[in-house]
Amino acid sequence: MNWDFSNTEELLKLCNENDMPISEVMINREMQLGETRRDTIIDRIEANLRVMNTAVDRPISEPHRSMGGLIGGEAKKLNELDESKAICGPAIHRAIVNALAVAETNASMGVIVAAPTAGSAGVLPAVLMSMYESYDISLDDMRRGLINAGAIGYIITRNGSVAGAEAGCQAEVGSASAMAASALVEMLGGTPEQCCDAASVALSNLLGLACDPVRGLVEVPCQTRNAIGAVGAYTAAELALAGVGPHIPLDEMIQITYDVGRSLPESLRETAKGGCAVAPSLCAECSREAAWQRARAHL
Amino acid sequence: MANNYLGLFDVIGPVMVGPSSSHTSGAATIAWMARQIFSGTPVKAEFTLYGSFAETYKGHGTDRALIGGMLGYKSNDVRIRNAYYEARKNWLKVDFVVDKETHVSHPNTVDIVITGEDGHTLLIRGESIGGGRVRIRKINDIEVDFTGEYSTMIIGHQDVAGTVAYITTCLAGEDVNVATLKLFREGRGMKAVTVVETDSSISEELKEKILQYETVTSVDLIEI
Ligand code: SF4
Repeated sequence: MNWDFSNTEELLKLCNENDMPISEVMINREMQLGETRRDTIIDRIEANLRVMNTAVDRPISEPHRSMGGLIGGEAKKLNELDESKAICGPAIHRAIVNALAVAETNASMGVIVAAPTAGSAGVLPAVLMSMYESYDISLDDMRRGLINAGAIGYIITRNGSVAGAEAGCQAEVGSASAMAASALVEMLGGTPEQCCDAASVALSNLLGLACDPVRGLVEVPCQTRNAIGAVGAYTAAELALAGVGPHIPLDEMIQITYDVGRSLPESLRETAKGGCAVAPSLCAECSREAAWQRARAHL
Repeated sequence: MANNYLGLFDVIGPVMVGPSSSHTSGAATIAWMARQIFSGTPVKAEFTLYGSFAETYKGHGTDRALIGGMLGYKSNDVRIRNAYYEARKNWLKVDFVVDKETHVSHPNTVDIVITGEDGHTLLIRGESIGGGRVRIRKINDIEVDFTGEYSTMIIGHQDVAGTVAYITTCLAGEDVNVATLKLFREGRGMKAVTVVETDSSISEELKEKILQYETVTSVDLIEI
């Protein structure tokens, strides 16, 4: 039996033929190609969950200023927001806090799990941990969720891109959002098709998102982008679970995202030459060189 | 990464010290590999940063990552954050040179010159090629090309006929599965480096056996 798949269509075929969720097919693929045992994979996924958990927690108890000095303390601030003002509701509120927290951990040289990248590392922990805190979700559900997300991330990496420098932030936070959306659906008992639907909607909702890090650092707007990636995942998952959409199958959506990404101007692909990176108030002279010099002077 | 396929942990991973897989994680790995290739304890490390490394190294903690790697920390080791302090504690002097003029073939390139207690030096050039993956491009004056994604044996020797044959014979006797074997040299008959990448780790005995050969000057192992 060959467990390898290269796109969503093949993945769904394996799921349906074997009556398995996406995570199970992904575990089988990993066991086969990596010549690994199941418990080794499960242990490693759990270890990654633990890293995510710490990355979420630390900025609340121990906020750190980032290396570049643009962020630090945002998660704590939001965590202390009066309940009457946390208008997104408990689960989404937690997701946003968590996303900001992981972005801070990353920017202050803490340990994170790149998922799929360091810049977008906040999205999955944000969604997984907020679900755990707010709903009746077990550790096993979380493991499955993360493995499911890995399957979607793998398909995107293989057929598209997860690099901001190549295809913009839609490739980083967009992909993370798609992965998290699919994970949510599986954790809530949705079908493999619904998982892919959720991922497709999440991608289409962030289509065209520029990569424009201020001063070339993974701080602003990356931190709040992680929050929107997480919130977008919740939205897409809810839509898919209700059977709404998508209008475009995931494989097509991945190709579309990739094409849009490569057609973004170079200034919007991690070069810090466009978008938020050249906001006049953040970058007086708007030349790349000036921005670097300021970043250095700042330290 | 014994098998080269795109797997679960390439996507959900690596576990790393932030903020950037190319500017932080990759930098730590390059220095870590350099440290493995260097024999003895380093007392000084000089890093020359090129391209994008030269532009944004502070904000990405590239300097701390490089020092951490030089101290033997892997890219997921939190001590990287306090690398300057750790370096002082371990009597390692560090120095950074920013070179924005020299053109390099890859934007994230670093040259590392390591000096040991006895004064001997080693130069390593590394490139951080994205997603935390790296490539070593130079050992002293010899241009090389390997990634450290396999168990790697780096053999310094004279480019004399029979050396590679001897190495191959040793490997065959040990039942290790060789993924690649590449010879790099300054020029014919001059100094050379043979890089062997294997699927399983290489034993100390095998290392000693290869070291015995008269034209071999050094054998270093990099274990992932
Ligand atoms: S803006 Fe660019 S650097 Fe920041 S998270 Fe998005 S892709 Fe990564």
